[in-house]
Amino acid sequence: MPFTGAQLAGSALADSSWNDAVIKLGNSFGAIAGFLGILLVIFFVAGRATGRLGRPLAIAVFLGPAVLLLLVGLVAPLVRTIYLSFFSDDSSRFLGGKNYGWALTNDSIHQVLLNTLLWLVVAPLAATGLGLTLALLVDRMKGQAVYKSLIFMPMAISLVGASIIWKFVYDSRESSQSQIGLLSQTAIWLGWKHPPNWILSHPLNNFLLMAVMVWVQTGFAMVVLSAAIKAIPDEVTEAARLDGARGLRLFWYVTVPMIRTTLVVVLTTVMIVTLKAFDIVRTMTGGNFGTQVLANEMYSQSFVQFNVGRGSALAVILFLAVLPLVGYNIVQLRKERATR
Amino acid sequence: MSSQTSDQTADRPLGGDSRPLPAVKAVRKSFSSPLGSLFVIVITVLWTIPTLGLLATSLRPKKDVAANGWWNVFAHPDVGLSNYHTVLFEGGFGVSGGLMPYLVNSLAISIPATIFPLVLAAMAAYALAWVRFRGSDTLFFLIFALQVVPLQMALIPLLQLFSGGAHLGSVTVIPAFDLSGTYAPVWLAHTMFALPLATFLLHNFISQLPRDLMEAAVVDGASHFKIFRSIVLPLCAPALASFAIFQFLWVWNDLLVALTFAGGTPEVAPMTVRLAQLSGSFGGRWELLTAGAFLSIIVPLLVFFGLQRYFVRGLLAGSVKG
Repeated sequence: MPFTGAQLAGSALADSSWNDAVIKLGNSFGAIAGFLGILLVIFFVAGRATGRLGRPLAIAVFLGPAVLLLLVGLVAPLVRTIYLSFFSDDSSRFLGGKNYGWALTNDSIHQVLLNTLLWLVVAPLAATGLGLTLALLVDRMKGQAVYKSLIFMPMAISLVGASIIWKFVYDSRESSQSQIGLLSQTAIWLGWKHPPNWILSHPLNNFLLMAVMVWVQTGFAMVVLSAAIKAIPDEVTEAARLDGARGLRLFWYVTVPMIRTTLVVVLTTVMIVTLKAFDIVRTMTGGNFGTQVLANEMYSQSFVQFNVGRGSALAVILFLAVLPLVGYNIVQLRKERATR
Repeated sequence: MSSQTSDQTADRPLGGDSRPLPAVKAVRKSFSSPLGSLFVIVITVLWTIPTLGLLATSLRPKKDVAANGWWNVFAHPDVGLSNYHTVLFEGGFGVSGGLMPYLVNSLAISIPATIFPLVLAAMAAYALAWVRFRGSDTLFFLIFALQVVPLQMALIPLLQLFSGGAHLGSVTVIPAFDLSGTYAPVWLAHTMFALPLATFLLHNFISQLPRDLMEAAVVDGASHFKIFRSIVLPLCAPALASFAIFQFLWVWNDLLVALTFAGGTPEVAPMTVRLAQLSGSFGGRWELLTAGAFLSIIVPLLVFFGLQRYFVRGLLAGSVKG
């Protein structure tokens, strides 16, 4: 017998966990009220201060909390992780580069590093490339809002949710007739008699996992790049067309240079999100079958096996892998500020 | 062609505007082909099918899910909400209690973890933009740079800090707070990790407020606190709203921070943590797993479709220049 919405709501009201829920949410809103209350009091008191005291006090109140939290929550931990990476797991013995030596000589870590590199290059390029293609194509279609929304939608879904959705697509469980997963069904329909167990096929499975990330991020790339293309001044395109530029030439010599900044920003942002490959790998394979990436290995070393030293070394390696991004971003911002 | 009005801006990225800029039209024409349109349609369908399949499966009875693919739902539409009832209240996954407590945890974590960084970042952004002082540019750079640091770098020390405090030699700098079993560590971690990006994006917006307006307020004798409350906050409402949506989705969808700071207990762990656990151990029970997954994406999808316009505008504010 199918269940109705009314019955579902009825169960919710009758359930004993309902009381807990009210209390939990109450605590949560209480914390917000307390936080805003304290701020209001500080604002009221500090706002009375006048004269020479006013400015420094304002700076302290406005910037103090953020700077303090950044120092305690990001800067100090950053330094400490680097420190921990040179020590034994209980931080009592100095090991020098031993933890790094372990990471760089261990065969299973080699696979992990290779996978991470693959993720950081293939997934962002695929998502950005596909996003750019769609941005160029979709703008001249009727009902583009619908296409854009539907392609953008996965962006709102958690990577855990997305992983479950795709795990279901790659499912290779068999029923009486054939395999049930959408991909297998499609493969059989196309004439492939015995499709493999997708998740188990290394190294194919790495790309199947990356497809989830591409599915999530393509819409973002498309929307932002589409806006950038729209922002290209008319004169530029007009002039190029008068010079006889058409099609791919117009795209390559006019469109691409005009949106280069945005293209890089998109690629960077997509890459930062790709660091969350953690969620996908953990949900879909748990890191098995040759799919482990650095973030997962770091988590498992630090929080499962309590090898804090090794875990820290892996975190530092991950940081070094994205360091060029950090550098590039700062150079870019500097340039921009200089032209302001 | 150039006589057309050019009123289309980045403000309406998802709007189906039928009057494109001449430049856009030129680019469009160059790429105009039925094949291109077909490509977009195929991609859109491909992008939608997985979610549709999830929804369909979560509504079907167990025996149907086990017997054949979800697309058979169109031939035999036997659907209902009983899977949802099972996962929410009955603990159909072989654990006591269903997903209901985790759903509440997700809400109780996400709302404060959205408000805290938003308010603090707005304050910091205002000071960096309008209370200029020596070193404010450097400080802004540093905050900007922190944006790209992978948060994996901070997890171990932060966890040690929350459980053991901070010490320099034998001097206790920060005492150990007993925060285990509460939301506080998760709120704090999300607030800390969100601050660089939030400050950067809001600074972009706040620094562009009209100078005359701010100077007039100073001449009238308003303090920075008054200016912030009565001018900056109201004028920044759109930027604040878009970042709030962004941060809410980010926190709601997060796995790593919650896994590290909340553990896996029904007292504090959110949906994502529980679902990640379940997908490992209950891979075969698709009718339950899909219902659970769909429950976890209902709130983000509602937020997304309801507030899409602001969300996208917020994304664009930080990434499109010129």
